[in-house]
Amino acid sequence: MGIIVTNESANSEGSSVLSLFGAVLKRDLMLAYRKKSDLFNPLIFFLMVATLFPLGVSPEPDFLAQIAPGVVWVAALLATLLSMESVFKSDFEDGTLEQTLLSPQPLFVIVLAKVLAHWMMSGLPLTLLAPLLAVMLFLPAEGMSGLMLSLLIGTPTLSLVGAIGAALTVGLRKGGVLISLLVLPLYIPVLIFGTSAVQAAVTGLPLAGFFALLGAILALGLVLAPLAISAALRISVSG
Amino acid sequence: MSEKKNWMPRWFYQLASPRWSYEIMGKLLPGFAIAAFLLLIAGTVWALLFAPSDYQQGNSFRIIYIHVPSALLAQSCYMMMAIAGAIGLIWKMKVADMVAKSCAPIGATMAVLALATGAIWGKPTWGSWWVWDARLTSMLILLFLYLGVIALYSAIENEAMAAKSAAVLALVGLVNIPIIKYSVDWWNTLHQPATFKLTERPAMAPEMWLPLLVMVIGFYCFFAVSLMMRTRNEILVRERRASWVKELVEKQ
Repeated sequence: MGIIVTNESANSEGSSVLSLFGAVLKRDLMLAYRKKSDLFNPLIFFLMVATLFPLGVSPEPDFLAQIAPGVVWVAALLATLLSMESVFKSDFEDGTLEQTLLSPQPLFVIVLAKVLAHWMMSGLPLTLLAPLLAVMLFLPAEGMSGLMLSLLIGTPTLSLVGAIGAALTVGLRKGGVLISLLVLPLYIPVLIFGTSAVQAAVTGLPLAGFFALLGAILALGLVLAPLAISAALRISVSG
Repeated sequence: MSEKKNWMPRWFYQLASPRWSYEIMGKLLPGFAIAAFLLLIAGTVWALLFAPSDYQQGNSFRIIYIHVPSALLAQSCYMMMAIAGAIGLIWKMKVADMVAKSCAPIGATMAVLALATGAIWGKPTWGSWWVWDARLTSMLILLFLYLGVIALYSAIENEAMAAKSAAVLALVGLVNIPIIKYSVDWWNTLHQPATFKLTERPAMAPEMWLPLLVMVIGFYCFFAVSLMMRTRNEILVRERRASWVKELVEKQ
């Protein structure tokens, strides 16, 4: 596993936490890289959902340009949700999760590394793919930077909050729909500020406020979500 | 060993005993039931027959006497559920878990009631059943949060585990509620002109708000009754193997 790092002395504690973080991150990224379908399926889903809107609503460029920020954001949100179930699932099934909980290492750091790995495999590719969707939906070019930046700051929060849902449902057989029920209401603030940022960028209004708000939510999530995820994991694994 | 100061009142520890809680709730129940009955009857009669009608909305404003108490209750019930869940997590108190579990359906019902009365009220005032008003939207999201908690309860078979998981979710929701509320308020001002907003009631006449106050207190008493009945039921179901429950059942 390579994630059990012993604290040899109090002096090296800081570096051992960092190396623990690095080890977990590396392991999760490698696992994700070896199972590429988990990486690509949410991205394909992201593309497909965005394609449904012109087909279902209207292919009119003016109209699509209006709804583009919302559509891209909703599609990104759903794609993140889709990939959420797998964060702890395989670790839970092969017993790694139990060992992790038993290890003396701070769970907060391990959880944070796992969520970061998940974001690098879902939120980051979604952000990179977003301009393609934006072009397909005729989003004006001025909105592109707002879209990318808002997704870049917003999707880590989605991963953090989604991981709480994933941790709560990891022991259940039918976790998929349940995660959506638990997590979607909690995603609403990010959705609101994210789409507003894009709309402001399109109309040329100042953006800094939206990014500040998204950043504030992310900071809050970074501090509090790992605590909730750790508690939820302990409950799910040991009852 | 120095004497440990006991800073928690004794009744708090006694609440940890399901039997003691069952009995104390049984004693409190009739009082609250009578209070709820009298207050709700008096409040309804006062509100529907004697309170003056609104100069703008006529008689249709009277639905406020159901709408406001249920909306208030829906919000405070979530708070109560989260606090009870936290007590259950921190002090490992079984009864607190049961209270939290009993809160969820009551709160969800109140949220539905607030939404339904809001929609019925919206038809004559706004001309449509649903408006994406900030308060209505927040209430809808609150209902979703309740439904998530209820879904989690029903998905996990182990009762102790379900209670702990739902408590964590309720606490996460509690942290999120102010953020959601703020963001929805803010979204609403961006998307909609303020014309749709209900006329703020700056100085409601005392003849109008006094019955409202009676109704609110009546609703809270009703909530207490319903919560205690549900919790007592839950205690009996979960403690069905305890000897005192068996004796109680045999006596009847």
